[in-house]
Amino acid sequence: MGRYFKSLRRFWGTALASQLEYQLNVVIELIAVGLSLLGSLFMLSLFFGPGRELGGWSWHEALIVQGFYTVLDGMASTWLRPNLSSIVTHVREGTLDFVLLKPIDSQFWLSLRTISPAGLPEIVLGLFLVIWGGNQAGASLTPGGLALVLVMLLAGGLILYSLWFLIAATSIWFVKTWNATEVLRAVLASGRYPVAAYPAPLRLLFTLVIPVAFLTTVPAEVVLGRASTPMLWLGSGLAVGFFVVARQFWLYALRHYTSASS
Amino acid sequence: MAPQRSLHPQVAHGSVVIEVEGLSKIYRVADKQPGLSGTLKHFMRRRHRDVHAVSDISFSIVPGEMVGFLGANGAGKTTTLKMLCGLIHPSAGQVVVAGHQPQKRHPDFLRRITLVMGQKQQLLWDLPPMDSLRVNAAVYGISDRDAKRRISELSDLLELGEELTRPVRKLSLGQRMKAELLAALLHQPDVLFLDEPTLGLDVNAQARVRQFLADYNQRTGATMLLTSHYMADITALCPRVLLIHQGHLFHDGPLDRLASRLAPERHVRLELDAPVGAEAFAGLGRLDSCCDCEVNLRVQPDELTAVVAQLLERFEVRDLEVNDPPIDQLIGDLFRQGKV
Repeated sequence: MGRYFKSLRRFWGTALASQLEYQLNVVIELIAVGLSLLGSLFMLSLFFGPGRELGGWSWHEALIVQGFYTVLDGMASTWLRPNLSSIVTHVREGTLDFVLLKPIDSQFWLSLRTISPAGLPEIVLGLFLVIWGGNQAGASLTPGGLALVLVMLLAGGLILYSLWFLIAATSIWFVKTWNATEVLRAVLASGRYPVAAYPAPLRLLFTLVIPVAFLTTVPAEVVLGRASTPMLWLGSGLAVGFFVVARQFWLYALRHYTSASS
Repeated sequence: MAPQRSLHPQVAHGSVVIEVEGLSKIYRVADKQPGLSGTLKHFMRRRHRDVHAVSDISFSIVPGEMVGFLGANGAGKTTTLKMLCGLIHPSAGQVVVAGHQPQKRHPDFLRRITLVMGQKQQLLWDLPPMDSLRVNAAVYGISDRDAKRRISELSDLLELGEELTRPVRKLSLGQRMKAELLAALLHQPDVLFLDEPTLGLDVNAQARVRQFLADYNQRTGATMLLTSHYMADITALCPRVLLIHQGHLFHDGPLDRLASRLAPERHVRLELDAPVGAEAFAGLGRLDSCCDCEVNLRVQPDELTAVVAQLLERFEVRDLEVNDPPIDQLIGDLFRQGKV
């Protein structure tokens, strides 16, 4: 275990150092993050002006959902996108060989090899939105409730990661799968709004097929103290299920890996 | 033409580090016609065909041996190497490397082998090699003290100094290759798979890499299986060669036995002051091409001195070069002539 922690420390240390090699790029990235945050808040204010309700959610309650979406989007920018998109590059250029020849779990390496700090401000802002929205909506969290929020956030993150990793793993056969990840991102963007705001068929789709509901709406319901126990169990179960499927699929994909020719 | 069976009869089973028996690999590849219509048809309905990249290969290698792996492009060298590393699952046959089945990629196995690829790099492009080495040390579970000692030993051998703290993108190809070798050897593997380790290097850098590999083998007794396009790599390092053609193993034995079959002719390139007809070169070796003032001949080694003397006497020669033909061409010739 110690070897994995030490590796992770060096992974992220070198990732940060690599990015700091290009100072101007870091500045531009930070500006881009700031602008994109302002943009998403503006969009939200258009849809949910104060005093308006959507699907039974008030403006402040909807802000909690937007907050969780922002946290997950920040996590995607920080970890998922830089790591999982490089799987495609590794397969195309044949450098996956070097990863597979290391005595360390290849999924661990490919999922956590790099980190992009440009996504961190988004995570902080998302958390701020959750806390502020929760306060305004009159939510009061006990330590147990807080732990439950963290568990559900973790479950949401795990579902997102597993879906993304599943798609990235198919690059072993199809090599280029950027389009598929873009579709996934578009679907996940629907998690900005409470699931109840969508028509019934979409609600079913977002709960059971592509579990967007568990990424944002369910954690927000936990904050507001109105989450139903079956949904919590279903969310946790789905998270574990998706992760196991992603893991097994990766092991299966590796047996079909043919390695790019020299 | 049956492939040669070549298990070392003198080697007791227990002292073999690489054992390959009846190894085959079949790839399914897409069959696509050229042009837009071919692309559309391929997009709508994918057609595939089977390619036999490696067919029924058997050989074994004892610890400390340096074996050259020869073959034209697409002969199956890299596929075989990757099956030995465990990167590709064999379609049939048995492989045992360092007591392990490579395709299981057991951590104990991965700690004992390394793969160096001349055309791919594992070093982080934007950072000095030292950063990549520290990552590798952590991944292999090497303590900081051991890593420091090993890096200093290997960098002495490789003549690497301040290059280790300069970003990789600012290193020359030769320096980069040496740093790649350091990264690949940090965990002290005892089986080295080297795929074109000198590719693209200039003559001096090639010689240094070659010298390093020979020293490393002497010091550590590591086993090496090496592919190269440069005959000089193989002659300098490998007393034994495996020759693979179209997926079949055709030669397994000492290099000199193969070399005499492989390089019977030298290439002579002439640049003349004025154009001369092809007929003027009758009796002066085999004429490859004769275009304006440039003439290419192939000459038997024992006739070389006499032929060069005659060429200089008969023609106004501006420039004359004598070369060994490229290994690819030699192997191609060999097969065309049906000598194997």
